[in-house]
Amino acid sequence: MSDLTRLTAAEMAGLLAGGQVSSVELTKAHLERIDQVDPAVHAFLQTLPEVALAEAAAADQARRDGEQLAELAGVPVAVKDVLATKGLRTTCGSRILENWIPAYDATVVRKVREARLPVLGKTNMDEFAMGSSTEHSAYGPTHNPWDLERVPGGSGGGSAAAVGAFEAPLALGSDTGGSIRQPAAVTGTVGAKPTYGGVSRYGLVAMASSLDQVGPVARNVLDTALLHEVIGGHDPMDQTSLNEPVPPVAEMARRGLAGDVKGLRIGVVAELGGRGYQQGVMDRFQEALKLLADLGVEIQEVSCPSFSYALPAYYLIMPSEASSNLARFDAMRYGLRVTPAEGPATVEAVMGATREAGFGPEVKRRIILGTYALSAGYYDAYYGSAQKVRTLIQRDFESAWENVDMLVSPTVPTTAFKLGEKLEDPLSMYLQDVATIPANLAGTPGISVPSGLAEDGLPTGFQVVGPARADAYLYQLAGALEAALVDKWGGPLLDSAPDLVALAAGGQTAGDAGSGGRGIGHQDGPTGGAK
Amino acid sequence: MSELYDFEDAIAAFDPVMGLEVHVELSTLTKMFCGCANKFGAPPNSQVCPVCLGLPGAMPAVNHKAVESAIRLGLALNCQIATRSTFARKNYFYPDLAKDYQISQYEDPIDYDGFIDVELADGANFKIAIERAHMEEDAAKNTHVGGEAGRIQGAAYTLVDYNRGGTPLVEIVTKPIEGTGARAGEVARAYVAAIRELVVALGISDARMEQGSLRADVNLSLRPKTADPAAQAAVPFGKRSETKNVNSLRAIERAVNYEIRRQAGLLSAGQLVVQETRHWHEDTGSTSPGRSKEEADDYRYFPEPDLLPIEPARAWVEELRATLPELPAKRRARLQAEWGFTDREMRAAVNGGALDLIEATVAAGATPAGARKWWLGELSRVANERGLELAALPVTPQDIAQVEELVGSGKINDKLARKVLEGVLAGEGSPEQIVAAQGLTVVSDDAALGAAIDAALAAQPDIAEKIRSGRVQAAGAIVGAVMKATRGQADAARVRELILERFSAD
Repeated sequence: MSDLTRLTAAEMAGLLAGGQVSSVELTKAHLERIDQVDPAVHAFLQTLPEVALAEAAAADQARRDGEQLAELAGVPVAVKDVLATKGLRTTCGSRILENWIPAYDATVVRKVREARLPVLGKTNMDEFAMGSSTEHSAYGPTHNPWDLERVPGGSGGGSAAAVGAFEAPLALGSDTGGSIRQPAAVTGTVGAKPTYGGVSRYGLVAMASSLDQVGPVARNVLDTALLHEVIGGHDPMDQTSLNEPVPPVAEMARRGLAGDVKGLRIGVVAELGGRGYQQGVMDRFQEALKLLADLGVEIQEVSCPSFSYALPAYYLIMPSEASSNLARFDAMRYGLRVTPAEGPATVEAVMGATREAGFGPEVKRRIILGTYALSAGYYDAYYGSAQKVRTLIQRDFESAWENVDMLVSPTVPTTAFKLGEKLEDPLSMYLQDVATIPANLAGTPGISVPSGLAEDGLPTGFQVVGPARADAYLYQLAGALEAALVDKWGGPLLDSAPDLVALAAGGQTAGDAGSGGRGIGHQDGPTGGAK
Repeated sequence: MSELYDFEDAIAAFDPVMGLEVHVELSTLTKMFCGCANKFGAPPNSQVCPVCLGLPGAMPAVNHKAVESAIRLGLALNCQIATRSTFARKNYFYPDLAKDYQISQYEDPIDYDGFIDVELADGANFKIAIERAHMEEDAAKNTHVGGEAGRIQGAAYTLVDYNRGGTPLVEIVTKPIEGTGARAGEVARAYVAAIRELVVALGISDARMEQGSLRADVNLSLRPKTADPAAQAAVPFGKRSETKNVNSLRAIERAVNYEIRRQAGLLSAGQLVVQETRHWHEDTGSTSPGRSKEEADDYRYFPEPDLLPIEPARAWVEELRATLPELPAKRRARLQAEWGFTDREMRAAVNGGALDLIEATVAAGATPAGARKWWLGELSRVANERGLELAALPVTPQDIAQVEELVGSGKINDKLARKVLEGVLAGEGSPEQIVAAQGLTVVSDDAALGAAIDAALAAQPDIAEKIRSGRVQAAGAIVGAVMKATRGQADAARVRELILERFSAD
């Protein structure tokens, strides 16, 4: 059979349902692909061939037995290593959890297992999901499939690169300030952050509980929606999860893909564009708007003045919660334990030595920031003020919804930057999330879809944000845009990505792969030139 | 270190101000934020799950029953019940805290602004204002091994039992308690006793101080005493100490009195009271400093993002209010009215721990006065002798009611009744069985009594002469002699009647 890994998840599901392919075959194909390309990409921290193949065989058996199966049953999935997997090491990209084997499955993991999606492995991430490049993983960075010298975004660079490199058709991610959408944008893939509470957080190792949200990662809008439906819904184990049905995201994605978006009103956020945004990113964004206008979408500019304060507010609220959430890594019950070289091994000394050795610099930076922001005497000025900004941002959204159905912007101001480029400049790294953070602060859903390639030949993202619970409309609009762009390009954006197998066969390693991929593919398509 | 001050001198010079924090473990079936059993005494770490072990990714879910208990307690304490109550994280590192933060309440406690009336042993009343009562989870239990007396200092290692971790707690915090003077210790003790009585009446906690299911912290400060009592309230509070985990009612009173003397000693010597946590030592009857000021905690409270605010519907709160059981103070007032006891008699019954026993005895058919007489008289004396609580004596309210009935019907007299009780206490059976077995019925057969009277008169002719000459009170000696001769089984009243009949007939 031709390369199964190039299929969409929906196509795989169709072949499985029609009996033309088995889950075991699909899973094997992906495991082989991982063997071929992951040494260069390093999307996975751990692959689970035995587990995945056993689950695939069980899915095939269930199908033979005539069980009622989920649409995606048998289609393999990759899981970000921030989600607890029972009996399977879960590191969160950190040394401190190097050997932690959870005693339970995260609710979303349980759901994908119950839906019989074989789990291929655990994907790389910035340590505890803190970062925008996956370089803060304690186990080495992931490389962008479009250019192995570049970052795949973060924190979910592993999940985005895994689907972008055809190592998995689907992946689970988590998004606290853009960790699903920013990697999607810079790898030419699709990623959605559901409405806060739309997907259970139980078993998601928390960074900032009021901002974290689990979401789907895939190569196209429909696949993303299908996975969203698998993982969404109420969970009594997460009291912040919404007690209502999953929105009909797949149905609305299909409507959008069919071009049905006439009359939808979208607002272009004035504050998220222009200065600080790469020219190619803005160009692809404007072209996308024109395509949507051609489909009958009403477009207007909307000002959200408080969005300018979103980043600073985020960098007070997120570290504050993180400082508390990460306190439990204290060497007492699980994880790393380091006994100090000198002095008595008191509880405090062991806790200190363990945290010193087990956490990387970005994690320490945020713990210190958050501890400071919550301290007596500073709380009102920092955490308190940030919460007020959060309220203002929510009001900006509320007033926008009076005039438009959704807000749009470039997902990220730039294309993927080079490995190491921003490691010494945290503030510049933080700016990667300037457009994605407002949705987390307001708890609203957001999705990023590819909008093309910038002047540097690297992918750019188009973000749609909507009111809470309006996830389905985001998929509708994103589906329409994807269909229009794919039509214009003559194929999916990822068809333009470099051939990683050829790169690997050429003996190139991650370090010297260079920009081999850029410029190949549909030359007249993704880089623009819309007439 | 300064000397302990004499208590009377301390009270003459200083005015104590207290703040009491009482932790009540709720006896819900499951823990505060997970489905683990909430039961004392199971093997260590057998009642744990990802949530109460604080495993990465696990999330809390509020126990509805614990919220209900907290609201019922708030209602019983005359509190306002919050329309919107939030949880907060109290952050500090300690191995008994699985998440290294405790989920508690900070800004919006479930109950606030209440009061409780407490009565001291002599009937004096104090109204204690309640600042708030909030919900939280208990920490795990540390056992320090290898050091002295289970203390952390010098311990070789520490065992942590997370069974207790996550147990639902309500912490009740008073407003500053002023104006107690020398009675501060008594008031503190009576307050904790009242809280204990209340939570037991509500059925929300077993409130066993020795097991730690009710724990008290005592905040105490002194300020200079003013000559004019009316001016006292205007004097600012002094620096306070917080004495932790005082584990019996008696210890609370002692700890308060000790702290008054200690702080008075410091202040009189021109030294300052350090604001600190102190630990009570039952053996030495003293307190010692806990963590030093350098390690002063900054708990970095912030709203718990994993839990939604609790917004109890008013209808639900009113439903809970309507179904509150009769509360201890009200019950006492009702019983006193029903029984016709004087204030003094009622206090004696309460202080003697006899209220429930008297109530049950009356329910079994005895008169209130009779029940009170037996429980607070003879039986209290026996209990005291044996060092037992009244309720622990091997005698039931039904026994007492039976004794009462036997006396009332004239079958036995008071003297015989005491003998019967002795038998009951010795486990010889019910009063009726003992009466039957020992033949302890009163002799009221006139012929038998007449013979005994004749014999007594014959033995004491001088007395007989006195009675004959009209000195009726001299008949007592003959009655006594008859009682002696019948080993107490004679009906004394009948004997007296018969004697007087005899002489009037002459």
